[in-house]
Amino acid sequence: MIANFAAMDVRPGSMGCPFSLLALDQIVNNAATLRHMSGGQLSVPLVVRMATGGGRQLAAQHSHSLEGWFAHIPGIKVLAPATPADARGLLLAALEDPDPVFVFEHATLYPTEGEVDESAGPAEIGRAAVRREGSAVTLITYGGSLPKALQAADRLAVEGLEAEVIDLRSLRPLDTRAILASVARTHRAVIVDEGWRMCSFAAEVSAQIMEQGFYDLDGPVARVCSAEVPMPYAKHMEDAALPQVATIVATVQERLGRRG
Amino acid sequence: MPILGADMTAGTLVAWRKQPGDAVKRGDIIAEVETDKGLIDVEVFVSGVLEKILVAPGATVPTGAVLAVIREEGEAPGVAPPAAVPAAPPARLRISPTAKRLAEELGVDPATVRGTGPDGAITREDVERAAARPAVAPPAAPLAEADRMARMRQTIGAAMARSKREIPHYYLATTIDMHRAMAWLAEANLRRPVTERLLYGVLLLKAVALALREVPELNAVWRGGQVVRSEAVHLGVALSLRGGGLVAPALHDADRQSLGDLMRSFRDLVQRARTGGLRSSELSDPTITVTSLGDQGVDSVFGIVYPPQVAIVGFGRVAERPWSVDGTIVSRPVVTATLAADHRVSDGHRGSRFLAAVDRLLHEPARL
Repeated sequence: MIANFAAMDVRPGSMGCPFSLLALDQIVNNAATLRHMSGGQLSVPLVVRMATGGGRQLAAQHSHSLEGWFAHIPGIKVLAPATPADARGLLLAALEDPDPVFVFEHATLYPTEGEVDESAGPAEIGRAAVRREGSAVTLITYGGSLPKALQAADRLAVEGLEAEVIDLRSLRPLDTRAILASVARTHRAVIVDEGWRMCSFAAEVSAQIMEQGFYDLDGPVARVCSAEVPMPYAKHMEDAALPQVATIVATVQERLGRRG
Repeated sequence: MPILGADMTAGTLVAWRKQPGDAVKRGDIIAEVETDKGLIDVEVFVSGVLEKILVAPGATVPTGAVLAVIREEGEAPGVAPPAAVPAAPPARLRISPTAKRLAEELGVDPATVRGTGPDGAITREDVERAAARPAVAPPAAPLAEADRMARMRQTIGAAMARSKREIPHYYLATTIDMHRAMAWLAEANLRRPVTERLLYGVLLLKAVALALREVPELNAVWRGGQVVRSEAVHLGVALSLRGGGLVAPALHDADRQSLGDLMRSFRDLVQRARTGGLRSSELSDPTITVTSLGDQGVDSVFGIVYPPQVAIVGFGRVAERPWSVDGTIVSRPVVTATLAADHRVSDGHRGSRFLAAVDRLLHEPARL
């Protein structure tokens, strides 16, 4: 039904990421395929905004990070703004796009405040941003994990480890070039992704680095992901299940052999 | 990498004598290590299966570094059962892809680079460091004799300086009538085949070993600010090497060996000290040192305690001297025994008891 609306150029609004599962048939079988199956005669200019992620004590059914699932599907685009400017710029880009675009907005980021240039046009889809420059390790992240990665980088800087932080912004298409360019400088990559580790989006990033940047690596790629459990309700357990600043710092230290 | 001397900080692995998958038992020689004391055979302290080799031949690693992993009998295999891979290749070098490429570019042999990354992996930084030190001779090549001598002098100097700095020495000497011992020895040797004949030095060693049972605080090491006594008596025997330098490997359990066994052990030790092939335990186990300069014609030698030991016994030559027996001056073979010991552990009173015991034991040679 969403796809039908969209095909008529009526663009629906937002939903919670978990509820999108009820619409998977329309998303995967209709929205993502119509341009292909109609031989280019039909497009689905659909924009779906979804609140995603955990950290708000909403427990196992309302804390999903399923960006990786959607990014698996050819025919749709997946965006993950992490700053107020991107929330605006990427949404504008999504609205201009003739094909289905899914915008994953991490719910913990909604209170984020920042100056937004209202005259700025749409952001470019498929372009990552270096949020912090560094030479010791590349932290690759997106969405709700960006603030954590930046805090971790600040802590690491105290120890003299300058981490580069890459905000992917767009998961599909993925800015592989930016990732590889950074890894070629730092020779180490740690991916921070709130999805579960198994078959996570982080796994895809890791695979791309391995396939195309292997000879630049000075150590195995590491992932900081969520624990392999349905999200707990209790605060301390939810904190333990999600990537945290301390886990990112510890992972980087371990990978750089700086522990002990 | 075993500590094969008080001031040893690193050693070069020269060769592996066992391969992953091989069964090893306590006492087996597993590898050869080059130190400033020459080529040393490293022994195994547990029985089991050599699971993994972590240091490649040619690599110089600090003492305490893990050289290999041995799975003890009954222990679950760490990764894969090595028995299933009978002819496993030598351990693969852990080196990151970019470090490997950099090593090729810079002409650095990764086998000579010490890895500081996680699990000892070689990183870019390690390769860069190695490349920046071209002046260091390739550690894989055996040290030139002159270099080894220079390094051995340095090591001896460092150990002795440390000893004089840290150990409050006291010194005792006594002259022992060797009349009975020498007479007994001459007679005993008549009954022995030529190859089994005893040297008087063996009597001295055995007497020292037995006397230590009576004054056990001298048979010990000083470790972490306190004395650790040793039940076993492992006599470090100071041996001068051809071309200079010295080494004091252990005669294990000297107090429990018969004179014949002790003689054979001693000959074997001298042989191996001069040709290479000392065992790691022989260098790390001594609980006291005995030094004898009798062959050189001096009357007495006051030693410097070899840390972490707490005592050293010295013997001069056995020489005919005027000796008073029952009011008559006679000629007797005598030897001057000395003791230099650590005052933190013992004092002159106990030290005297020890030398007196040596004296008494040498008067009853048949009981040695």
